[in-house]
Amino acid sequence: MQDTPFELGGLKFQSRLIVGTGKYRDFAETKAAVEASGAEIVTVAVRRVNITDRGKENLLDYLDPKRYQILPNTAGCFTADEAVRTCRLAREVGVGELVKLEVIGDKRTLFPDVVATIEAARVLVKEGFKVMPYATDDPVTCLRLQEIGCVAVMPLAAPIGSGLGIRNPFNLAIIIEQAKVPVIVDAGVGTASDAAEAMELGCDGVLMNTAIAGAKDPLAMALAMKLAVEAGRLAYRAGRIERKLYATASSPLTGLIG
Amino acid sequence: MSDSIATSITLNGDPYPLDGDTALTALLERLSMRRGRVAVELNHEIVPRARYDETIVRAGDHVEIINFVGGG
Repeated sequence: MQDTPFELGGLKFQSRLIVGTGKYRDFAETKAAVEASGAEIVTVAVRRVNITDRGKENLLDYLDPKRYQILPNTAGCFTADEAVRTCRLAREVGVGELVKLEVIGDKRTLFPDVVATIEAARVLVKEGFKVMPYATDDPVTCLRLQEIGCVAVMPLAAPIGSGLGIRNPFNLAIIIEQAKVPVIVDAGVGTASDAAEAMELGCDGVLMNTAIAGAKDPLAMALAMKLAVEAGRLAYRAGRIERKLYATASSPLTGLIG
Repeated sequence: MSDSIATSITLNGDPYPLDGDTALTALLERLSMRRGRVAVELNHEIVPRARYDETIVRAGDHVEIINFVGGG
């Protein structure tokens, strides 16, 4: 059953799993986990270079931008201006126009500042960025971001790093139904079943970091997530049965012995 | 004190010594920074990669150099 490619801002991908690169022991483990996940898009943070420790290796030495689509994110930004500045700098490194826009509104929950996210998205879209915004699981917010010209919407499943799984599948279903751009669940996935659930609901992709990096065996979890995203996608396309309250027998009711 | 200010820039928030006007390319080489791995802001303006050779860093300038690190 041949699937259509996963298309994001004119770029085509086979894998529907996007992985973060934070919280790993070292770059070698990051690389091994990314490889095990089968992801073709990896998100990275933008930070000041370490001037005093110049011998330090660079993440891109381990994740070749020719092989992976590098997706710079604006994690840590609390205002639209900071996020726009971060994206402009990231673009100048030379890995393309695709950016993950994230404007945080609250330190404890890391929920997005929706107003600032929309404001930053407007500026970035005008400047030619392909914007993938991290958003609340609110259908109206996702609709606005789509109207502005974002190439995807990325509603959260649960707070970043919480591992709580999909807290609001009904909102997510509405977001998916009205979407004209890919819907990617970003944040809150804890284990493989969460990723499968997102895909079964009809999401186009899943983005995660902590669920893999924080697992006892990150490489095994990376593979589990790859399989879960594939299984969930296939189940969605296969079309699940309706839920019924009572049983319907799987075996024939005729020809019983005796 | 005034001498050290006159011959230094602010690099990623900290003072950094500079031997007079320096091409950005030379500064990046001195820092072992490679093109395609970093991006630069000079006095809050982004410097396009193609202009590193002709861009001159002067005493008192504010320089920001960023790269990609692990993140989600």
